[in-house]
Amino acid sequence: MKIQTEAGERHVLAVTVDNESGILAKITGMFSARGYNIESLTVADISADHAVSRITIVTSGPPAVIDQIIAQLDRLVPVHSVTDLTDQGAHVEREIALVKVAGTGDKRIEALRMADVFRAKVVDTTLTSFIFEITGSSDKVDRFVALMRECGLVEVGRTGVVAIARGAEAV
Amino acid sequence: MTEMSGADMVVQALVDLGVDTVFGYPGGAVLPIYDALFNHPQIKHILVRHEQAATHAAEGYARATGKPGVVLVTSGPGATNAVTGITDALLDSIPMVVLTGQVPTNLIGTDAFQECDTVGITRHCTKHNYLVMDPDRLGPVIHEAFFIATHGRPGPVVVDIPKNVQVATGSYTVPERIEHKSYRPQIEPDADPIAKAIALIAAAERPVFYSGGGVINAGPDASAALRQLVALTGAPITSTLMGLGAFPSDDPKWLGMLGMHGTYEANMAMNRADLIIAVGARFDDRVTGRLDAFAPEAKKIHIDIDRSSINKIVPVDIAIVGDAGRALDALIAAWQDRGHQARDLGEWWRRIDGWRATRCLDFPEKTEASAEIMPQRAIKALFDATRGRDPIITTEVGQHQMWAAQHFGFSAPNRWLTSGGLGTMGYGFPAAVGAQIAKPDRLVVCVAGEASLQMNIQEMGTVSQYRLPVKIFILNNEYMGMVRQWQELTYESRYSNSYSDSLPDFVKLADAYGWTGLRIDTLGELEDGIRTMIDTPGPVIVDCRVAKLANCFPMIPSGAAHTDMILQPSDVIGTMDDEAKALV
Repeated sequence: MKIQTEAGERHVLAVTVDNESGILAKITGMFSARGYNIESLTVADISADHAVSRITIVTSGPPAVIDQIIAQLDRLVPVHSVTDLTDQGAHVEREIALVKVAGTGDKRIEALRMADVFRAKVVDTTLTSFIFEITGSSDKVDRFVALMRECGLVEVGRTGVVAIARGAEAV
Repeated sequence: MTEMSGADMVVQALVDLGVDTVFGYPGGAVLPIYDALFNHPQIKHILVRHEQAATHAAEGYARATGKPGVVLVTSGPGATNAVTGITDALLDSIPMVVLTGQVPTNLIGTDAFQECDTVGITRHCTKHNYLVMDPDRLGPVIHEAFFIATHGRPGPVVVDIPKNVQVATGSYTVPERIEHKSYRPQIEPDADPIAKAIALIAAAERPVFYSGGGVINAGPDASAALRQLVALTGAPITSTLMGLGAFPSDDPKWLGMLGMHGTYEANMAMNRADLIIAVGARFDDRVTGRLDAFAPEAKKIHIDIDRSSINKIVPVDIAIVGDAGRALDALIAAWQDRGHQARDLGEWWRRIDGWRATRCLDFPEKTEASAEIMPQRAIKALFDATRGRDPIITTEVGQHQMWAAQHFGFSAPNRWLTSGGLGTMGYGFPAAVGAQIAKPDRLVVCVAGEASLQMNIQEMGTVSQYRLPVKIFILNNEYMGMVRQWQELTYESRYSNSYSDSLPDFVKLADAYGWTGLRIDTLGELEDGIRTMIDTPGPVIVDCRVAKLANCFPMIPSGAAHTDMILQPSDVIGTMDDEAKALV
């Protein structure tokens, strides 16, 4: 017997929650308990009184599973709202990566030239290394990191996706 | 606002919330609360013998009354022992508040004596939980915990209280409006799906109602509304295990329970229906059978208070989010406003009568007095002997539970207490304790298997202590019968570890605890034995010996469709393939 898995589509969800202890465990635990995917998850407090946090979750699944993920998030007691930014239409997604490249000579020059093409900033340098800061869509960051692998990449840190819908409306 | 200790606040909050009974077990980290209880005789504390039993007793209390059950246990093992009952309450949507002691705040995270991460452990088996670090928060948190346990889809809520928070003093405040800042369950259904639903119901040629525990949870008025809507439409009705009692079993529109051990007529009606009206039921795998063959011709209306239940398993045509009772009231009003009359469903009823003629619950038996007792006969005899006494029946989990569901007729809600979602062996006896505490004058019978009963048999001491007249009716076949049945169907009768070896002598055990013990061996002794059980004051345990190898039919084998029921043992052919074996 083989265990079947279904192919899915990528969705970006914006979730506002009470900024209370254990909330992140509650949400990630719900995903793991029900077998849903998390491709990335970011969280930070967003309100002036520190009462509300916004979690951006990138997940994937067939449409029925995405609907179920939204319903399961929405029924958690500390969750205020769940918005499917992918379903809603146009939105902006950004991610920051810090990319450390080590090396000398041609590879070092090539790394700097690529960084310029990608509008990555040099935020730290030594005679044998650079740290680049790159901001953009996950695709852009992926492509930059892939190129840097050829130019002496030694370490990458990524924030995961934050996203917000285009236009004047708020979630 | 009053200055008092955290422990006094806990007890004051319980008093203010109208709590009359707490099921619990003391320990180091809850001693301050126990001391506060000592001074509050208006709260009756029931001392159980194991914390799991406290949670099931609280569930029994909640299911018999509709009020939240309350549990008080200590930190560490007290909390972990409660986890099974908390999970049971989550799966069956039972309102429950569990107060757990915790090590003092300065010791949290140090692996202190009897420390465990209670909020971490219970995070995914509660509807919500709290760790209260400040005594000033105790009043608002406990009031909010009861609000969350009882509003929307009911469920268990844990409040973990460190010992120094119980000892410290603070201000006891009751929130002016008890509500939660983000939790706003939809109670009133939207008008639009109600209108669409009533049009479908009025036009259906082969409708069937499929009701569940949500109708019980919505209160007795919801059951009354369900009866009214069924009467108005003239449609047949079936129910899940959790929904039994919402509709009277002696009504001609009642098809019996549906699903894996449901009746032939209920499952065939679901399969051939052109409209299914699901009310407070969640299309559980025990109900649907093989999903791609589930109700292929039916449009589906789904009423549920939890939006995540809708389209979770079966895609539906009309979703009505709200309280089952309010939704039924709205459907009745819409039906009457539009002047609908029940359609002639004669053709549909003729087909149903054809399925009923199968007499799927009949079972082979010998009738002489010396014959062995068929377990189904034992349940029917219990039902006959208790008619008119409005008994509360609890069950353990297994064959006896399914036989009770099939052969005991219920005519009102809150009389049938069983563990449906989690299927917890050991549930029934402590649940009977809780029900008997809630309803001291009622006949409470726990229908048990000899294996399940032993999972919480220590509660015999609790029953003796509080002089509860609980009756335990054991269908003793010396097997974990449902396990044995599956081994027979799936594993060529290799009975791996399903024999109940080394059973106690239940009659002597009864004697040891100061109960009355009876043994019934033959069919000739059955009626008198049951009569003696009912007529004997105080607790009684009945060891009713039944046919050892009887199996529970009808049965939809795992992975099969509603139309592929096994009606009798001779229908069993071959062994299952791996796909079927992998299903639960």
